[in-house]
Amino acid sequence: MSNTQQAIEPQTITLCGLSDLIPNSGICAEVDGQQIALFYLPSETPQVYAIGNWDPIGKAHVLSRGMVGDIGGKLVVASPLYKQHFDLLTGECLENDQVSVSAFSVSLVDDQVLLSL
Amino acid sequence: MLKVVVVGNGMVGHHYVEQLVASEIEAHITVIGGETRPAYDRVHLSEVFSGRTPEDLAMTTRDHYRELGVEAHFGDFVASIDRDNKIVTTESGKQYAYDKLVLATGSYPFVPPVKGNDLEPCLVYRTIDDLGMIQAQAKDRKIGVVVGGGLLGLECANAVKNLGLETHVVEFAPGLMGVQLDNGGSAMLRRKIEALGVQVHTSKATQVIEENSDGDTRLVMQFADGGSLATDMIVFSAGIRPYDQLARDCGLTVGERGGIEVDYHCKTSDSDIFAIGECALFGGRIFGLVAPGYRMAEAAVSQLGNDSVAFQGADMSTKLKLLGVDVGSIGDAHGKEEGSVAYTFSDERIDVYKRLIVSADGKKLLGAVLVGDCSDYDTLLQYFLNGIDLPADPQTLILPYNAGEAPALGAAALPATATICSCHNVSKGDIVSAMDAGFCSLAEVKAETAASTGCGGCTALLKNIVDDEMAARGLEVNTAMCEHFNFTRQEMFHVIKVESIKSFEELIEKHGTGRGCDICKPTAGSILASLWNDYVLEDKHVGLQDTNDTFLANMQKNGTYSVVPRIPGGEITPDKLIVLGQVAKKYQLYTKITGAQRVDLFGARVQHLPAIWEELIEAGFETGHAYGKALRTVKSCVGSTWCRYGVQDSVAMALYVENRYKGLRSPHKFKSAVSGCTRECAEAQSKDFGIIATENGWNLFVCGNGGMKPRHADLFATDLDDETLIKYIDRFLMFYVRTADRLQRTSVWMDNLEGGLEYLQKVVIEDSLGIGAELEDQMNNIVDTYQCEWKTTIENPEKLKRFRQFVNSEAEDREIIFVEERGQPRPATEEERQQILAKSA
Repeated sequence: MSNTQQAIEPQTITLCGLSDLIPNSGICAEVDGQQIALFYLPSETPQVYAIGNWDPIGKAHVLSRGMVGDIGGKLVVASPLYKQHFDLLTGECLENDQVSVSAFSVSLVDDQVLLSL
Repeated sequence: MLKVVVVGNGMVGHHYVEQLVASEIEAHITVIGGETRPAYDRVHLSEVFSGRTPEDLAMTTRDHYRELGVEAHFGDFVASIDRDNKIVTTESGKQYAYDKLVLATGSYPFVPPVKGNDLEPCLVYRTIDDLGMIQAQAKDRKIGVVVGGGLLGLECANAVKNLGLETHVVEFAPGLMGVQLDNGGSAMLRRKIEALGVQVHTSKATQVIEENSDGDTRLVMQFADGGSLATDMIVFSAGIRPYDQLARDCGLTVGERGGIEVDYHCKTSDSDIFAIGECALFGGRIFGLVAPGYRMAEAAVSQLGNDSVAFQGADMSTKLKLLGVDVGSIGDAHGKEEGSVAYTFSDERIDVYKRLIVSADGKKLLGAVLVGDCSDYDTLLQYFLNGIDLPADPQTLILPYNAGEAPALGAAALPATATICSCHNVSKGDIVSAMDAGFCSLAEVKAETAASTGCGGCTALLKNIVDDEMAARGLEVNTAMCEHFNFTRQEMFHVIKVESIKSFEELIEKHGTGRGCDICKPTAGSILASLWNDYVLEDKHVGLQDTNDTFLANMQKNGTYSVVPRIPGGEITPDKLIVLGQVAKKYQLYTKITGAQRVDLFGARVQHLPAIWEELIEAGFETGHAYGKALRTVKSCVGSTWCRYGVQDSVAMALYVENRYKGLRSPHKFKSAVSGCTRECAEAQSKDFGIIATENGWNLFVCGNGGMKPRHADLFATDLDDETLIKYIDRFLMFYVRTADRLQRTSVWMDNLEGGLEYLQKVVIEDSLGIGAELEDQMNNIVDTYQCEWKTTIENPEKLKRFRQFVNSEAEDREIIFVEERGQPRPATEEERQQILAKSA
């Protein structure tokens, strides 16, 4: 067990500063050609969330421009194209369990948004 | 196949065709209509002079018949029927063979045998062509006389009055509407009609009509009592006579005073020939209303199939508006039944007359007369038709409410056979079955049964039944918007307004649960904007806006946006057109002229939106709010400035209206149009509010819709001056903003308003709720605080942060791929996109 932990010492990347985020809404960042939707919910814990920006149903990079809220206690973003909801923590689609997007680990340290790869 | 020939294409003949097509009976249908037009709504004929066009009255078209596989011929009368060979021959010599023949020839106006009744300005009132002649004779004339003070005569008087003539009604009998009203009701009707400026002359027998040799008028009528009346035109509308000549000529049995005799199945003395509508005589009676004619058509159709429906006569109770006066007559209006007792209520202060005729034992309603106020009609009709026991004090049914609460007729008291909607013949049983089948809401019941979609008179009763049935099933209508708020949009509106709530956080903390979602957030955002008109991208509102509102543009299927600058009234200078072209070229946008009379630019990447708008605003454009639930365009025709037919400057009015209401946030998008004359080139009658110019001002239409569920707008008010027009629209729109449900267009909103159009007219025109001034103030506040959201956005660097494609790089989204088609870019299909991406990798 201890071996594995050492082998994947998490690599972190700074995506942007806290001031780049928009409260209760999303923005998009790019890492190695991959698009990541970042959401900043100041009154939640944790305060930042990251999932893939690609909407697998609408087939476009748009999830960062969706509206955030909660459905049945889960924090979600609604796709701006066809309104399916994606869980901000797991990337699961609430309307269709065959579909999901990637979820990423992000944290807010010293007013910087850090992504763990 | 069975060959069915239908002679006559009036309302009843058309209903027969519709019923036969809808049935399972296989038949080849041939329609032969004497008039040049397919069937139209004769009941509302006089509206042609108050804003409606003949096309509005049409009930079908030649194309529609063609689609139904019906062979139709118009403008050719049938001249003879050969019963032995079963062939009809028309005046033009065409012959049609039949297996079953249906005579729906209707009736013709009775013209009293008076010398001079054939002079040129002596006309009749029956068809659209008649209206054309009346209009031609009325041109540049002052006085018009209608002979006949019955139902048809008063309808006709309305038409003459609408033409702007000094209108007289001449009646042979001592009172108006002698068939439907008792003396008291008749007198009240006269009083009300005279107050409207129509002069009534009763007990007048016309002896001769002569040309007027001296004076300004063309004719003089001489009466038996020695009096005379000068006029320019006479229209006879003194009753109808059945068109039965065809039947007489071929030997069918006709009544002594006319009418083709029919049995319960609407069969004539020849069992292969049916007669329906006003040409038919059943039980010694002619039924001169449309509803009994429809029932006859249905009975006649059923004879061709397996289930035979009998026509058993019809109730001739009627409720109508004559010259704007409400008149109702039920059953035995004259109290002819022996031992019957009458209750009468009359209030000359407000000109209302009501009379009940009750059986000797006081238990059953036999008849009623209502003039000036028909609000009790539906309830009384149910008592009458269903033989429901009257309350102990029947007079409470017609007394004003403050004199003691009238006992409400509970929906539960009605039997299943009770007819609720007489226009579409829907019974209470039909409504209950629809609800049994799962159509439970009022809107669903309406859509399923067609109840209350005709004249709308039964709306309140229908709602009572639906509510009552819901309660009986232990169901409750769940009106909650979403899991976060137990409110309808209207309730949310009230809460926000009354408590002066300024943010979503405050709203959900006080009245909701959780954090909100994509249903309640934009609804609250829209209400906050309607009430306080803050810039929609204020920090506290950003999270409430749908992406389209956030980026002030409409997201398209590939994640790019459309850019829609406002082009008010569709009027644009050449310089501005050039700028649109330049901007589109620079940012490689697809351009299309849309139905809203503007130019949409498609395919803008999110990071280009601010630069695009900066150039557009520099050139004088504003946002077109195509992304918002707000006013879209106000379409217009060129109007009197250029058009030979225009009577008002429709472009100037469209510009004014569009600039006034631009940016107003509402439950759904709304559209408008202004036409410069009744030719209606701007299609204003398909809009949420439409304005059509008249010689005297503007006619206002409301609650029309195009799109998925087209709905013709209703005429709301006529001949308005500019100021009144704007006042009514202010009130109408603000009342809609306040009370409509989320994503409810005006047409559906009005259909769900209890009382429908009339209620809306009361609120807006008569200010029955006393909120007129408040609605106007609210609108003025919004107009005064308007800002172009794009202008505000590009002036604020902080707001522009949102429009970066990536927060951490200047790259663009390389996965958005366009291909060229017809010289313009379009989004690549998923297949094309994959191929292009694979190639570039």
